[in-house]
Amino acid sequence: MKVLVAVKRVLDYNVKARVKSDGSGVDLANQKLSMNPFDEIACEEAVRLKEAGVATEIIAVSCGPAGCQETLRSALAIGADRGVLVETNDVLEPLAVAKLMQHVAAKEGVEVAIFGKQAIDDDAGQTGQMFGALMGWAQATFASKVKIEGGAATISREIDGGLETLQMKLPVVITTDLRLNEPRFITLPNIMKAKKKPLEVIKAADLGLDLAPRTATLRVDEPAARKAGIKVADVADLVKRLKEEAKVI
Amino acid sequence: MTTLIIAEHDGAAIKPATLNTIAAALKIGAPVHVLVAGSACAAAGQAAAAVAGVAKVLVADAAHYGAQLAENLAALVVQQVRADASYTHVLAPATAFGKNVLPRVAALLDSSQLSDVTAVESPDTFQRPFYAGNAVARVQSKDKVKVLSIRTTAFDPVAASGGSAAVESVAAAADLGLTQLVGREVVKLERPELTAASIIVSGGRGLGAADKFHGVLEPLADKLGAALGASRAAVDAGYAPNDYQVGQTGKIVAPQLYVAVGISGAIQHLAGMKDSKVIVAINKDAEAPIFQVADYGLVADLFQAVPELVSAL
Repeated sequence: MKVLVAVKRVLDYNVKARVKSDGSGVDLANQKLSMNPFDEIACEEAVRLKEAGVATEIIAVSCGPAGCQETLRSALAIGADRGVLVETNDVLEPLAVAKLMQHVAAKEGVEVAIFGKQAIDDDAGQTGQMFGALMGWAQATFASKVKIEGGAATISREIDGGLETLQMKLPVVITTDLRLNEPRFITLPNIMKAKKKPLEVIKAADLGLDLAPRTATLRVDEPAARKAGIKVADVADLVKRLKEEAKVI
Repeated sequence: MTTLIIAEHDGAAIKPATLNTIAAALKIGAPVHVLVAGSACAAAGQAAAAVAGVAKVLVADAAHYGAQLAENLAALVVQQVRADASYTHVLAPATAFGKNVLPRVAALLDSSQLSDVTAVESPDTFQRPFYAGNAVARVQSKDKVKVLSIRTTAFDPVAASGGSAAVESVAAAADLGLTQLVGREVVKLERPELTAASIIVSGGRGLGAADKFHGVLEPLADKLGAALGASRAAVDAGYAPNDYQVGQTGKIVAPQLYVAVGISGAIQHLAGMKDSKVIVAINKDAEAPIFQVADYGLVADLFQAVPELVSAL
C-alpha cells in the first residue's frame, strides 16, 4: 500500500509574521521557512504505518517553488522513501494544491493520503478535504488515532466536545490533528540518507490543470492592536474593577 | 443572488454557531436559505424556520445524514446548489463540523473557499485573518458560487425566534456509503460550551499538574458560571482534554470575560482569545506576554490568588 504525504513549506512556527508596510502581504524575505508542523505529524504517521508493515512506500509531495525541495528533504529524513515537487512560482490556493495532489495520487496509485489539518501560514484548513472530494474518497479529518488493517481504516477524530470514531474501506484521506503523534527528531545520519533518496520535479504548468487563483487579495493589514491594560494591586482591586469598571461580573 | 447555509444542529435544535453564520449571511444582503440535513430532524427544521431573517428552510431527512458525515452532506449541498442557479453563496460555521464538510463542497463546485471570514464588506469582498491572526486580508472572490466558513465570534448571533420561514422538504442525495460512524464520546459538560460561553476561565502550564488544573480552576469556573479552557502547553502536558485548547489550532473564542490563569501568552494562544471583551491575566511572571493584551493583570502566585478570588466573588 502506497501512502502520499502532503508537505508545505511555511514561515517557521517560531517566527512572528510581519505585514509589509505597503499592505501587499506578509514579509517572507530572509525569514526562516520550514515544514508546516501538522505536515510533520503527517510524515511521522506515514512512517509509523510503514514500520508497522502496513505501508509499503511513502511518497512526500510538495507544491511550490524550488525551495520546497528543502522541505521535501526533511520529509525524507523523517522517513519518506521519495519526494515529488510539483514546481511553480505562482500563488497556489488550496483548491489548486488539491488538484495537483490529485494528479500525483492518481499517477502513483496511492491508497492513503495524509495531510496536515491546516497550514499555519494561510490557516485555510481545506486541502485534505478538497483532495478527498476530487478523488471521491472517504475522509477522516482532525485525526487523533489511526489504525489501518485488512484494507480498512478505523480513525478517531476530534470533534467539538470530544471524539468520534469512523470506519472506512481504503482509499482514505486523513488530516492530522496535533495529538496524533509526536514527530521524531531528525538525526544527522537520517539527514545524510535523505540526500540520497530520489526527488522528482514536475512542472505544474505542464499538467494542463486550471490552477488560476479564484480570489484576489486586495490588501493585508495588521490587526487592530489590543491595548495593554493596567496591573491591579491585588485580588480585591481586581474584583472591584471587574464589577464597577468593566461590569462583566 | 441567494445564500445557502449548512446548518449545524443536533436533530432537535439549531446550534448557536448557525445563528452567527446566519448573521454573517444577512450582511451579504441576499435571501438566506438554511439547509437542515439529518435523520429525524424535523424539529431542527422547525427551529431553523423560527430564526429571524431566514427566508426558507430546506430539510433533507434520511438515515444516511444522521451521523453528519462529510461525504454525504457535501454531495447533498452540491445537489441543492446545482438544482437552483440562484445560489451564489454557500456558508457554514468555522466549527469542527463546518471545517470538515465545507471544503469538500467547495472542491465539488470547483470554487475556492475563504476560511474564517470575520467581516463581510460586499457580496464579493470579505476579511479573514491568517498567520495566527497576525495579519488580516481583504479578499475578493471571483467564483460564481462563493464558499465561506464564518468565524462565529466575529458576528453577533441573530435571534433564534421571530422568523416564520417556509419549510420545504428536499430529496436526499444517494448514500455514498464511504464511511461509517462507529461511535462518539462526547463529554457531557455541566458547564457552558467553550465557544458559546460568556465567561471563560483558562489555565496554562503554570498550574503544574492535572489535579491542580481542575482543583484550582473549577471552583472559580463554578462561581462565575464559566466554561473551562486551556493553553496548548497545558493540553500537551495532559492537564486538560484536547477539546479545551484555545488558540490558532484549537478553538477561537471571544467571551465577555476571559480569565487567563498561569498562561504565558504565546502568539498562537493569543490568536484564539484576543477578541475577548475583557481579559484578565493572573501570572507570577510580570514579563509574561499575556499582560500585553490583558485589560487587568495581576502579578501573583495563582495558587494563592485564585482561591482568594473565589472567596471574594
